[in-house]
Amino acid sequence: MRRVRPVLLVGVMLLMSACSSIQPWVKPYERDRLADPIMAWDRDAISSAYLDHIREAREGSRGATGSAGGGCGCN
Amino acid sequence: MAVVTALLLVRATSADVLPDDRADLFYSKYSGGGMDITGESVLVRKKFTEDFALEASYFVDKVSGASIDVLSQASQIKDERKQKSGTAEYVHDKTTYSLSFINSVERDYKSDTTSFSLKQDMFGDLTTLTVGYAHTDDAVGENNGTAFVPVIAWLGHAQSNSYNVGLSQILTKNWIAGLNVNVITDNGYLANPYRSIRYLDSSNPKGYSLGSQVYPDTRTSTAVQAEAKYYLPYRAALTGSYRYFRDTWGIVGNTYEMDYTHPLKNIWILEGRLRFYKQNQATFYSDLFPFADSQNFMARDQDLAASENTTIGAKVTYAFLPDGWKMFKRGTATFDVSRISFHYLDFRNIKYYGVPDYLPGTEPLYFFNATVYQIYMSMFF
Repeated sequence: MRRVRPVLLVGVMLLMSACSSIQPWVKPYERDRLADPIMAWDRDAISSAYLDHIREAREGSRGATGSAGGGCGCN
Repeated sequence: MAVVTALLLVRATSADVLPDDRADLFYSKYSGGGMDITGESVLVRKKFTEDFALEASYFVDKVSGASIDVLSQASQIKDERKQKSGTAEYVHDKTTYSLSFINSVERDYKSDTTSFSLKQDMFGDLTTLTVGYAHTDDAVGENNGTAFVPVIAWLGHAQSNSYNVGLSQILTKNWIAGLNVNVITDNGYLANPYRSIRYLDSSNPKGYSLGSQVYPDTRTSTAVQAEAKYYLPYRAALTGSYRYFRDTWGIVGNTYEMDYTHPLKNIWILEGRLRFYKQNQATFYSDLFPFADSQNFMARDQDLAASENTTIGAKVTYAFLPDGWKMFKRGTATFDVSRISFHYLDFRNIKYYGVPDYLPGTEPLYFFNATVYQIYMSMFF
């Protein structure tokens, strides 16, 4: 057990140093297209939440769409 | 201009930033399956400092008419749902903390949701990790009176806990992908009191009778969604997503969605989308049970039936005040229309059909089309 701990510690340190050495392969100045509003995941949250509410009241599936809502909609 | 944009982006990547202040006015109309629902909403979002913002919204739904299974057994519905929500967001370095409350009230249903999420930018801001938790408390009632003189019987409570993990990853300078996993656990009164089972009954002239649904009092569901967005060689974006869903009631659902966004100059944004959804039935669902109390759990709620639906949608956004006006930086007006076709694979239309034309269980399968309109104006300041 005493030998395992230093090995674990070195392993964790190596992993952490590996993380910090990751260089972004898409540079900040190359992200103008990604920053275009048409590339936003959700341009209008109020509209997406409304459509999700309609679907959740009529489908068995739910979740993983990024919106939250309340109420029944069960009539 | 390109240099300025690049400099702004470099500055933006040094710490996470909150979105622009905005105010939205929203109107919606849903018509389909015998129901008309109009919705009106207002949303305001305001940054008080560079790292702190508040958002508040108010939504009112007005329902008239009733769905097929309500029409099969009860009078028409007239109801209203009011939803209030508030969100506080705080940014520290590359982390955004968000705390939200949602309160929704109908005369026969009350719901309170508290949620917390944490968003972390990592690896040179190529990766964004989001972790979220939401707790919901519902009170479920049934209107035993009429639409105009309601008599509400409160039947029970339901709680749900939702756990969400999302990952958004920049893959190339044109391509971004995302993965979301959402686990929800429920317990309590989970049935819809307005829906009934039906079972064969030779003593009834129709050949069947209606009875109460009996649901399990727990449910756990898992949804996994993968999505990707691609900037095309010209200025337009293509999005594709797939969601896999399964729960402890035996429902497996698959959702496929495609979206194409095309701006015209800097004034119009046109968007078209297609969505297809399919699910199988819950294990305790049946359109027609062989006799009363034939199982521990029994449901004939159309949400739990095997079904599929297809959505075709279009959206037009018009940008105005490009140079701003007084306190406003810009504004947009949006019109959105969706047409949804619902087809049920083992839920039969018993409203207009019955003996002698159809024996129980041979009625036509139910289907309906719904149209959803949304009109909204957003002002950014």
